[in-house]
Amino acid sequence: MKRHLLEAADLDRDDATLVLDTAAQIEQALAGREVKKLPTLRGRTVVNLFYEDSTRTRISFELAAKRLSADVINFSAKGSSVSKGESLKDTALTLEAMGADGVVVRHSASGAPHRLASWVKGSVVNAGDGTHEHPTQALLDAYTIRHRLGRLEGVRVTIVGDVLHSRVARSNVRLLHTLGAEVTLVAPPTLLPVGVGSWPAEVGYDLDAVLPKSDVVMMLRVQGERMNASFFPSAREYSRRYGLDARRMAALPDDAIVMHPGPMNRGMEIAAEVADSVRSTIVEQVANGVSTRMAVLYLLLGGSPQ
Amino acid sequence: MTNYLIKGAKPLGGDAVDILVKDGRIAAIGDSLSATGAEVVEADGLIALPGLVDLHTHLREPGREDAETVETGSRAAALGGFTAVHAMANTDPVADTAGVVEQVWRLGQEAGLVDVVPVGAVTVGLAGERLAELGAMADSAARVRVFSDDGHCVSDPALMRRALEYVKAFDGVVAQHAEEPRLTVGAQMHEGDRSARLGLTGWPAAAEEAIIARDVLLAEHVGARLHVCHVSTAGSVEILRWAKSRGVQVTAEVTPHHLMLTDECAESYDPVFKVNPPLRTDVDVVALRLGLADGTIDAVGTDHAPHAVEDKESEWASARPGMLGLEQALSVVIETMVEPGRLDWAGVADRMSVRPAAIGRLDGHGRPIAPGEPANLVLVDPTTRSTVDPAALASRSRNSPYAGRELPGRVVATFLRGTPTVLDGKAVK
Amino acid sequence: MARTPQPALLSAADVARVVDRIAHQLIERAATAADGLPQLVLVGIPTRGAPLARRLAARIEAFSGVSVDVGTVDITLYRDDLRLRGVRALESTVLPDGGIDDRLVVLVDDVLFSGRSVRAALDALRDLGRPQAVQLAVLVDRGHRELPIRADYVGKNVPTSRSQQVRVHLAEIDGTDEVLVEEGAR
Repeated sequence: MKRHLLEAADLDRDDATLVLDTAAQIEQALAGREVKKLPTLRGRTVVNLFYEDSTRTRISFELAAKRLSADVINFSAKGSSVSKGESLKDTALTLEAMGADGVVVRHSASGAPHRLASWVKGSVVNAGDGTHEHPTQALLDAYTIRHRLGRLEGVRVTIVGDVLHSRVARSNVRLLHTLGAEVTLVAPPTLLPVGVGSWPAEVGYDLDAVLPKSDVVMMLRVQGERMNASFFPSAREYSRRYGLDARRMAALPDDAIVMHPGPMNRGMEIAAEVADSVRSTIVEQVANGVSTRMAVLYLLLGGSPQ
Repeated sequence: MTNYLIKGAKPLGGDAVDILVKDGRIAAIGDSLSATGAEVVEADGLIALPGLVDLHTHLREPGREDAETVETGSRAAALGGFTAVHAMANTDPVADTAGVVEQVWRLGQEAGLVDVVPVGAVTVGLAGERLAELGAMADSAARVRVFSDDGHCVSDPALMRRALEYVKAFDGVVAQHAEEPRLTVGAQMHEGDRSARLGLTGWPAAAEEAIIARDVLLAEHVGARLHVCHVSTAGSVEILRWAKSRGVQVTAEVTPHHLMLTDECAESYDPVFKVNPPLRTDVDVVALRLGLADGTIDAVGTDHAPHAVEDKESEWASARPGMLGLEQALSVVIETMVEPGRLDWAGVADRMSVRPAAIGRLDGHGRPIAPGEPANLVLVDPTTRSTVDPAALASRSRNSPYAGRELPGRVVATFLRGTPTVLDGKAVK
Repeated sequence: MARTPQPALLSAADVARVVDRIAHQLIERAATAADGLPQLVLVGIPTRGAPLARRLAARIEAFSGVSVDVGTVDITLYRDDLRLRGVRALESTVLPDGGIDDRLVVLVDDVLFSGRSVRAALDALRDLGRPQAVQLAVLVDRGHRELPIRADYVGKNVPTSRSQQVRVHLAEIDGTDEVLVEEGAR
């Protein structure tokens, strides 16, 4: 494994499989236990450096680190020196001086974790950077798919929605491809990046045509403000063309699953009855996030002498 | 005034001759000249070119003297072989009045290292809303002939038309920063495969090409001169070629970095490679080199853009766009144009001195190396290769995209009207 | 570094005999416990402790007719020497359905050396439940303890130097049963 996890491409197939296997073993080791805590990272310090509000991701990483007995420091941009204009580099040097073994960073700027990695000695884990990547989300998604369907090789995954602005989509396309899945992107053309043709994925505009050939449908959050920038004419039209409702869900193969990275816009990209159906893995994804992030922290921080 | 005898230089790469510089002018050219009392400069096969002229320099003074001053930028220019630079108007305050352009001009005179030629803003405060007092700047001591809102596009087509028309009265030229702003909201890098993957908002080539296409049609319609700053795409070169074939009075420049670097540099997310317009693709680089070779692109303009460390050592999106260029411009041209055989030394002199001087209507620059002409000269060792160390640059800033790269060519001496500003590769003052 | 191959310290037949002996000892010991053999849980420490625990259970059943519970506990996440050894893939932790509370847990491992693996296993067991007692069975005790730990059942005591390596091969993993002592560092 590389020292940092900045993007899904940092993981080759063996690394990615190791993360998923490790997560599975950790989940098994902790299943049914009263004490859901391991001493593995005792004495190590993990800093959660969150420049963007994301309670669910921060809590997931925090829980993962704490279950491995690491000391966790939450450093959020609000109410810290960051809001007083301290630069990313100065913050990085401060963390370095404090002896952070790992830095989990969420930032609104694409590439911020890459910059951070060039300034600190510890391992950097990208917890979402701008519209670039969110590799641990892709890992937990892959884990969830493998857990539900028993495999990743040859699994047909359709990712639907705002691919242009989605770090989840970027990480999933790369990681799922690495793990042998076949990815199809479906979105209005305005929400696909120019250059998407170079990605290891099929691209389509017609959701109904793709659904019967999908083992997994991953719905991306679509933000209302995209409407104002004319990416699509109205929420209603978006929902009609690209939303997943009960009728569309019925077109899926019998054992297909429905995923969503959250938070959901019920009624927009996903109907409530779909989100709450037995096909939905949305709650599982959250639980799997903790095991997956424990695996990442163990593999990156466990063996690294400073 | 000291006289100089330059021995054994090769004007435009021709046969080695001696050049006698006397009272600021070239007094004689010939074999084995001797002149008592003249200081001898052993050129020994160095290439002699007319002093280089930059149409596009940011000197940052007034306003950001922490990034560059007229003096430090002038020194960087002299070390790069320049004898004249056009100082862009996006200072603080903006160079949109006779007062500010005269201040910049005077600072340049005091520094005395290159002729600092102020560029006047087209619109008040670069706001793109109403014309600045272009005539007053033209009539000032700074004799402004080039007007540009560089950093911003004059995007309002009616305003652009009026500007093109208005400057005809004093033989001025509007230098357009071609960027349709509605197509580049939040743009961070060239829009293509890499921007898609890196998650950085794309700056489409069409945003540049659309403005150039519009502006050459306007220039043709009103019979005015148009200059296009920092052309960066293959499509732009095609449009310029078409416009020139129709006889439109359009000229264009390309930056050294667009001749050499591509959007691959963004992979590191190191904002030293963030620039506007952005680094493009291999296809664009090839088209720009061909365009410069065949004259479709008239000039190399450095777009030397110094930035303080805190404006560059940050995440990509919050870094300021721009890179240093003055001290490496000639080296990049040697590497990308001369060594591959696309341009000979006469061509280098044409694109880096003769044509930019003509576009800026500068007297005394871009002249032939001949008796009687002003002694604005640069002596170049084209073969020495060296690795660029930003800490060793004369610029006050360090944002060189060439850091760590080995480039050919070394400016050994620069003469501004007979006075050396650089000797033995070092600034004289 | 070159290794000098030595004749096997224990042959396949030796391994089988040693396993049988420990199985008998376990039956005897368990007879003194309140609930007898059903109270016993054999917990193997992966990698090679796991098949050893299964073999012991099979022999106990063959000799006594009683089926005993078997489990595994992966100790990687409890090691205190990860920084030195580096991370590695985890193996299964599987306990009997009833858990280990109030039972006699016998940890099973192939080689007892520094004692650090056993310490890690004890820490892991503490997080998994509260056994009535914990004992230790090993195929080979090679000495050089770094912690106050000793085995309750030892297949063979082997005096070694620190520079030597003791390699246990088991048919389930390595295709053959044997124990080798090799010279030279890993």
